[in-house]
Amino acid sequence: MVKLKELPGNELVQGSYACAGCGGILAVRMALKVLGPETVIVTTPSCLLGVTTFYPQLAFKVPCVNVTFPSTAAAISGVVAGLRRRGKSGVKVVGLAGDGGTVDIGLQALSGAIERGDNFIFICYDNEAYMNTGVQRSGSTPPGARTTTTPVGRAGRGEDRPKKDMLAIVAAHNIPYAATASIGYPQDYLTKVQKAMETEGPAYVQVLAPCPPGWGYSSHLTVKLARLAVQTGQWPLAEYEGGRLTVKEVANPRPLNEYLALQARFAHLLASK
Amino acid sequence: MRAYLNGNEAVATAVRLARAEVVAAYPITPQSTIVEKIAEYIADGSMAADYIRVESEHAALAACYGAAVTGTRVFTATSSQGLAYMFEMLHYVSGCRVPLVMAVTNRGLAAPWTIWADHQDAIACRDTGWIQLYVETAQEALDTCLQAYKIAAHPEVLTPVMVCLDGYVLSHTEEIVDVPDQEAVDVFLPPYRPEYAVDPARPIVFGIGAGPELYPAFKHYQHQAMLRAREIIEDVDREFAALFGRSYGGLVDPYYCDGAEVVLVLMGATAGTAREVVDDLRRRGEQVGLLRLRSFRPFPVAALRSVLAGTKVVAVLDRDCSFGYEGVLATEIKAALQGANVPGTPEVAGFTGGLGGSDIRPEDLAGIFRRCLEAVRRRDRGESPAVSGGCSENGKAEGINLWLS
Ligand SMILES: Cc1ncc(C[n+]2csc(CCOP(=O)(O)OP(=O)(O)O)c2C)c(N)n1
Ligand code: SF4
Ligand SMILES: [Mg+2]
Repeated sequence: MVKLKELPGNELVQGSYACAGCGGILAVRMALKVLGPETVIVTTPSCLLGVTTFYPQLAFKVPCVNVTFPSTAAAISGVVAGLRRRGKSGVKVVGLAGDGGTVDIGLQALSGAIERGDNFIFICYDNEAYMNTGVQRSGSTPPGARTTTTPVGRAGRGEDRPKKDMLAIVAAHNIPYAATASIGYPQDYLTKVQKAMETEGPAYVQVLAPCPPGWGYSSHLTVKLARLAVQTGQWPLAEYEGGRLTVKEVANPRPLNEYLALQARFAHLLASK
Repeated sequence: MRAYLNGNEAVATAVRLARAEVVAAYPITPQSTIVEKIAEYIADGSMAADYIRVESEHAALAACYGAAVTGTRVFTATSSQGLAYMFEMLHYVSGCRVPLVMAVTNRGLAAPWTIWADHQDAIACRDTGWIQLYVETAQEALDTCLQAYKIAAHPEVLTPVMVCLDGYVLSHTEEIVDVPDQEAVDVFLPPYRPEYAVDPARPIVFGIGAGPELYPAFKHYQHQAMLRAREIIEDVDREFAALFGRSYGGLVDPYYCDGAEVVLVLMGATAGTAREVVDDLRRRGEQVGLLRLRSFRPFPVAALRSVLAGTKVVAVLDRDCSFGYEGVLATEIKAALQGANVPGTPEVAGFTGGLGGSDIRPEDLAGIFRRCLEAVRRRDRGESPAVSGGCSENGKAEGINLWLS
């Protein structure tokens, strides 16, 4: 288990343009503390790319291979093969993509790479919509959420479809390791990143990463919401390992209202008639 | 060593000789036998490479990109729908200045579905920032793949190359090919070790973003590199000739163009048929020639002008169509000559034909020459010289298989 106090103090993510309170950049910053400097990032259009790698900026202290939106996992396979050819198999290859870049447009490539059994870690930071392009819904948007493409009006009540069960999808590939996590529970999250890192073959971690402007809350509430999502049963912390799925039980679940009420994207659900 | 190879086998042989280290590809007719052959080489131990069995062409190019930035020599191949599916990645790879080599076994695009040759697939990718070299024979396919690795990775070029070969006519037709020795190829093509590669000891970003104040500079440098490639393509062809005794003229391959009144310009394997037609007409005293364009991008404006300036009519045969206008090559040749500002600029007559594998027979090409020679005669008599008339000399429906734009 990762000990938070023993994590290195030096930062591998520095000087990003992410919003204050961005859960996504926090997810990446924390993961890199576990992954360490012998890591290559492969990433794709998303808020993450937009806030870290606009020339001449480089907010990562590790090499970063940016690729087209559908292609994170395909480029990963190339990087893995290339490093093997160059005798650098010890370098960790980590894909970082948003929920859109993972569960929607990147799904085919991810399926291919997992099926090929390449040795990589894929971290999906899930902010439950296409944030970089202005908060459009994705396959990972929860039901009821207002986004710019699921607006609320006389006929519209926000997102009307369930959130895609990505963990089940990767599990169906017989992936050696997969997990969900939340930036609100760093010990749990980083232990999962560590396990992913130690896995031979593909490993997948989907980490809930709240987004203040996208969800409509003030930036000091990011960690609180990341915890409430778990405590209200909205975001189960699960692990798929050796073919078995385990879900962390929530001892005393809190009322869902506590989670919803803090976010403008759900305001219409709670408004009195 | 001399071997009996078809165009696709010649390409696969070149990739083995070039010691490509990572190959990622997705099957599509008529390309598939290239990568099947490579898979065989890897399986029988004659080639040390990783073959990434990707789930799409888009992924094939993304995987090649990922492998290339680690500093390995990579290869992929595709055709038609597969190339169209790669479109986003084509721009990406050239913009990142990754010197990939890809074989494009040319095939028409659906709809209607076709598996047979034309150039629409590659021509439609004209502005993706890739060098495009079109070959005439299986031998040239092999040699050009070797040249392509050298051109692409030249530090002043750093631009990906498509080696284009006509589906079936080249890809599946065997000919005697002189296969170079591995030692000689190793001298010509040392291992690919780029200045910048993925290395945790020296973290850099591949595929950055750039705001309006910097984006144009990247594109300007990319354009400059492509223009510079014109010289490098010729240099590499000369260097290749010195080592292997074969040359393809670099950018253009003229045949009896000196003093010709009519020159036919085209790309690809049709040149083989055209040479016979030119020989025949020359025997009958007609001043005709052939200019095979080898490099479509970069476009060899100066070379074209110098060969075509003295002619009276230039016939262009496009195996593609820019719908609503004309064949793309015709437009480009017109523009190139227009800019030459030479008095007596030749008339350019654009013909489109050979779409979706329809045959271009000697009599079709003879018909093009005849029509152009008639225009020359009219011009000599002081009459309006325009090339005119229906095009089809092939006994099929007038203007359907071959038409004047
Ligand atoms: C092929 C393609 N389609 C659309 C886009 C536009 N685009 C860029 S980022 C993005 C949304 C990213 O959403 P997500 O992956 O969830 O990351 P986030 O920005 O939310 O962190 C979109 C739609 C693109 N770059 N490429
Ligand atoms: S919009 Fe959201 S995901 Fe994007 S940088 Fe801001 S907080 Fe992060
Ligand atoms: Mg998102």
